[in-house]
Amino acid sequence: MNTDEHEHVIEVTDLRRVYGGGFEAVRGISFSVARGEVFALLGTNGAGKTSTVELLEGLARPSGGRIRVLGHDPYAERAAVRPRTGVMLQEGGFPSELTVAETARMWAACVSGARPVAEALGLVGLARRADVRVKQLSGGERRRLDLALALLGSPEVLFLDEPSTGMDAEGRQETWELVRSLREGGTTVLLTTHYLEEAEQLADRLAIMHDGRIAAAGTPAEVTAAQPSRISFELPTGYFVGDLPPLGELGVCGHEVDGRVVRLRTHELQRTATGVLTWAERARVELRRLDVRSASLEEAFLGIARAASDAPAAEKEYV
Amino acid sequence: MSTVTTPAGRMAALARAELTLFGRSKATLVSALFVPLVVPFSVRTAFPESDLKDAGTTLGLVMLNAAIGFSLLFAVYAALVGVFTARREELVLKRLRTGELRDAEILAGAATPAVVTGLAQCLLLVALCTALLDIPAPKAVYLTVVGLLLGLVMCAALAAVTATLSRTAESAQVTTLPLLFASMLGSGIAVPLEVLPDRMASVLELLPLTPVMKLVGGGWSGDLSAGEALGSMALAVAWTVLAVFAVRRWFRWEPRH
Repeated sequence: MNTDEHEHVIEVTDLRRVYGGGFEAVRGISFSVARGEVFALLGTNGAGKTSTVELLEGLARPSGGRIRVLGHDPYAERAAVRPRTGVMLQEGGFPSELTVAETARMWAACVSGARPVAEALGLVGLARRADVRVKQLSGGERRRLDLALALLGSPEVLFLDEPSTGMDAEGRQETWELVRSLREGGTTVLLTTHYLEEAEQLADRLAIMHDGRIAAAGTPAEVTAAQPSRISFELPTGYFVGDLPPLGELGVCGHEVDGRVVRLRTHELQRTATGVLTWAERARVELRRLDVRSASLEEAFLGIARAASDAPAAEKEYV
Repeated sequence: MSTVTTPAGRMAALARAELTLFGRSKATLVSALFVPLVVPFSVRTAFPESDLKDAGTTLGLVMLNAAIGFSLLFAVYAALVGVFTARREELVLKRLRTGELRDAEILAGAATPAVVTGLAQCLLLVALCTALLDIPAPKAVYLTVVGLLLGLVMCAALAAVTATLSRTAESAQVTTLPLLFASMLGSGIAVPLEVLPDRMASVLELLPLTPVMKLVGGGWSGDLSAGEALGSMALAVAWTVLAVFAVRRWFRWEPRH
């Protein structure tokens, strides 16, 4: 093993994926994941997350661009990469008539350096369901089984495609704990999710995908910081937006009026909030439904979706 | 590093799981085990003994041929089309492809129980027919063995091709019909080629299972010339190579969206 690969366990350069029908699901994305990092690909359904992860897993050949996982091309050099990766697909893929233990035993025999089946099932809390047929498992239990199989070989790199979808709140917490403990053990994790909280909780770095492209990337704090904070309130009767102090002086970078509700966007939340509240104090009016909220990942996420729908891009004609 | 997996170990694990599933599916069990053991004996009444004698064969041999043909078609071919299609629709094939198993190992491992069942069934049928039907000992048994092995491999490969063309496990019951009928009628399984007009027989000789059945039957009668035997082997190999090529090129590992 050379030492270079320890810098970036996953390297993606200008990756593209075009499906048979001509649909371009991934449109030139680049990112890298360092060893031991938890990296989240975030996006709405259809953003291209799964299409991307399948390429990283080596299930299909990219239409363009380059991928290196542990220094190898995951599609062409499958044999070199697979013993060191674990994969949890978005949907199970287990014969419904096998039991949990039979499924895990089969998989364990196909994994180099597999840990004992009972241990893997124990990790995900399925030990007591070992003799149950897969068809009788709940959706959440199936996700746990999938996770158990992904962990069987104690992989260096773990791909988790929507790991907690279908799990109840408790299952989700347990899965998060598991991912955290794996990271502490040095495992590199690439996960996709459409739960913002999941990304916020787990990811060291993340990328938000939209329409096959990366719309924003960085640490959760960086991505959030790029987004404006928001203030909204109801204008008192008889007042109009023009009665407020000049918005530019309050540090407002964007605003919209919806009936009597005013929404302000700002990168200087304290200054804007102070300005608005001071004005209300002086005018002796009450700002009903006042809501002041600093930028969050959710804002970033919604902001990206909004920007995309506001600007009907020329490329949409091709879709 | 502790245990490193080997292709044989991986395929064995897959075959074991597939065998468990085989035992749990009643429909597959019936069509794979029952049909080949029972149906061939229905041809007993179809052809008067005298016609067969004129064509240079005997009822016992016709029935043995039919039994082996049905075994290849139902226990191996049709059963495997169902297996490959069902595993693809359940996303099992996709999941298997995320691991260390190679593509060929996945298909071969999943096919093993059906192929072994087919082989065991053929041996059992040979024993049964020999005991019950007064069949003479085979004159060139190696031809029968070669034919049988080629037939097993070819049927597994053709099953993967057919699975490529089948959208669901239900549609697999329809997509298997062309080869089933063509083989039963045209490859000397339900209808002995000896009773068909020569011109028709020479066209039907090109069907995939015809050379297999010729080798199997020729092993018993011993009247297959070296040239005919080699020609049949070449044709069977050609069909198998063609099927493997088609699988490598077009096999679908995931359901259509």
